[in-house]
Amino acid sequence: MLLPMSDTIIELRSVSKSFGSLMALKNVELRVERGKFVTLLGPSGCGKTTLLRLLAGFDTPTSGEIFINGRSMASLPPEKRPVNTVFQSYALFPHMTVFDNVAFGPKLKGLGRKEMERQALEALEMVNLVDLAGRRPNQLSGGQQQRVAIARAVVNKPLVLLLDEPLNALDYKLRKAMQIELKQLQRKLGITFIFVTHDQEEALSMSNQVVVMNHGCIEQVGEPREIYESPRNLFVARFVGEINVLDAEVLSSNGGGVLEVALEGRKMKLHKTSNGHKANGWKAFGPGDRVHVLVRPEDLRVYRREDIEPEDASDFFPATVEEAIYKGATVDLIVSLASGGRLSASQFFNEDDDQLEFYRGEQVFLDWVQGWEVVLPHES
Amino acid sequence: MNRDGLFKRVSVNAIALWLVLFVLAPSVLVLASSLLTRGDAQLVRAPLTFENYRRIVDPLYLDIFLSSFYLAALSTLICLMVGYPFAYLLARTSPRYRRNLLLMVVIPFWTSSLVRTYAMIIILKTKGLLNSLLLWAGVIHEPLTILYTDAAVFVGLVYSLLPFMVLPIYASVEKLDSRLMEAARDLGASRAATFVRVVIPLTMPGIIAGSMLVFLPALGMFYIPDLLGGAKTLLIGNLIKNQFLSARDWPFGSAASVVLTLVMAVMLLVYYKSVRATRRQEPA
Repeated sequence: MLLPMSDTIIELRSVSKSFGSLMALKNVELRVERGKFVTLLGPSGCGKTTLLRLLAGFDTPTSGEIFINGRSMASLPPEKRPVNTVFQSYALFPHMTVFDNVAFGPKLKGLGRKEMERQALEALEMVNLVDLAGRRPNQLSGGQQQRVAIARAVVNKPLVLLLDEPLNALDYKLRKAMQIELKQLQRKLGITFIFVTHDQEEALSMSNQVVVMNHGCIEQVGEPREIYESPRNLFVARFVGEINVLDAEVLSSNGGGVLEVALEGRKMKLHKTSNGHKANGWKAFGPGDRVHVLVRPEDLRVYRREDIEPEDASDFFPATVEEAIYKGATVDLIVSLASGGRLSASQFFNEDDDQLEFYRGEQVFLDWVQGWEVVLPHES
Repeated sequence: MNRDGLFKRVSVNAIALWLVLFVLAPSVLVLASSLLTRGDAQLVRAPLTFENYRRIVDPLYLDIFLSSFYLAALSTLICLMVGYPFAYLLARTSPRYRRNLLLMVVIPFWTSSLVRTYAMIIILKTKGLLNSLLLWAGVIHEPLTILYTDAAVFVGLVYSLLPFMVLPIYASVEKLDSRLMEAARDLGASRAATFVRVVIPLTMPGIIAGSMLVFLPALGMFYIPDLLGGAKTLLIGNLIKNQFLSARDWPFGSAASVVLTLVMAVMLLVYYKSVRATRRQEPA
């Protein structure tokens, strides 16, 4: 079945995959646009690697259909698909040199010797490995092996490059460097990248689009900022970064713009902001509904008693500092509210308070920028 | 001196003594007798001579060497053809079946190879089990003559030596990372191309080890050609046995042994070199 040419490069139609009694993917629907850097993000066992293997053709879906570039992938073996994979452990051929590893694909295409060599060298040049072409994979460092794996895949000029947690084995610094390199490579080649990771920071910093998965289902698809600032549920909110969850009860709603809630024994008005995503589902809240109010640690503002006017104290949440952790760029505080709830708050150093010194047991006052909170229906 | 040091010294010396007594000394004796002359009263006597080695180059004996090598090589090839697919499937099957299958490979070792060869006679003889079965099934109408032909010798050798081919190949296939096969498919290789370009090169150490373990014994297993082949074709193993037991020409038998040992030594050398070469290619 052929779909009209469009900007959609990958389409999954209610794809399920089960291994015995285990459902690894449940009716997954997904569209990926051509030329995007898309990350599949989720904890281990969420089905992200299974999804990648279905795209590569190593496994076949139990039900549903996969289209790549408008073409159904059913019954198409891996070697006939317009995709290539960068494996988690690189899976370089140990019995071949770096050059032969990269030339493996072009050789199989039956290209002439010259053309084959030209393409392989070009790919090696792209990852700065021409000097090491004669080495064997086990003579290379982890980062170099990673580059060979990338060159070996992109030399075939796939429509989609699949990357299965490719940076996992690298140390922190190298990982950061490779993130930037991959991003630049993707821009240069214009190939669609499907990047699997369980590292939310990696997902947010590298992708155009993040697909958050859990238990074989897609929880949310969106741009990194959307995922981070307007998570659709508690799982997404918690998975893409640390977040404080406060329970509240809706007192009144004016039908969309403003919610009045009871939060930590205080009446509080939550305003819908210009940020459209956040308003999702607001209309549905009515008096008596229980909701979660979510605030990221970096959005919480912490004041000392002397920083606020005594008559304004009722506008803040009083709390006690339990722990102050110096992190270099920030000071992370663990504070406990009067209700016993614990929150974490990251305070950045700036010219106003270069002395972010908080003491355990110190009384502080909290608030956050109006509208930066996320309100979600209560999940039991 | 502590107890560990003592234990180490005692065990190393015990092994060294064993090797000297039962490997080095007999080999030296064989080498020495190969340089002596045949005696009627004594087994060997002076003078020293190279006569025994000169006799081996005689076309008659050269022929025996060649046909022995041919038989061993062909048996090895058949073992490889049969053993590789079996070992491959064995290594790739689910662990539950694997244990039982492996057990079935090993069980024959519990019985002496000589006894099993006699059992083969019962199966292969004209009125044996195989012919009875085939006649009963209507596949053939008169019994096949298998026993005392080259075919019977091959059947016997392959049957006896197959486990030595299967086990090393099994070990190397089991070590093979299945992601390498997926990577090959991903890069455009069909199943067949993946097998030729990735699976075979990476299981080569197992193939070479298995071939060695089959080829070398196949050269020396004199009782199988004797019992199943009817002692019609003289092989190197039979030649040596006959020189010692029937012809009572110990010096010539020793010379043939020395030559055979040297040939095997050269082949083992080649094997170790090739294993070292492939091992260098494995990931660190």
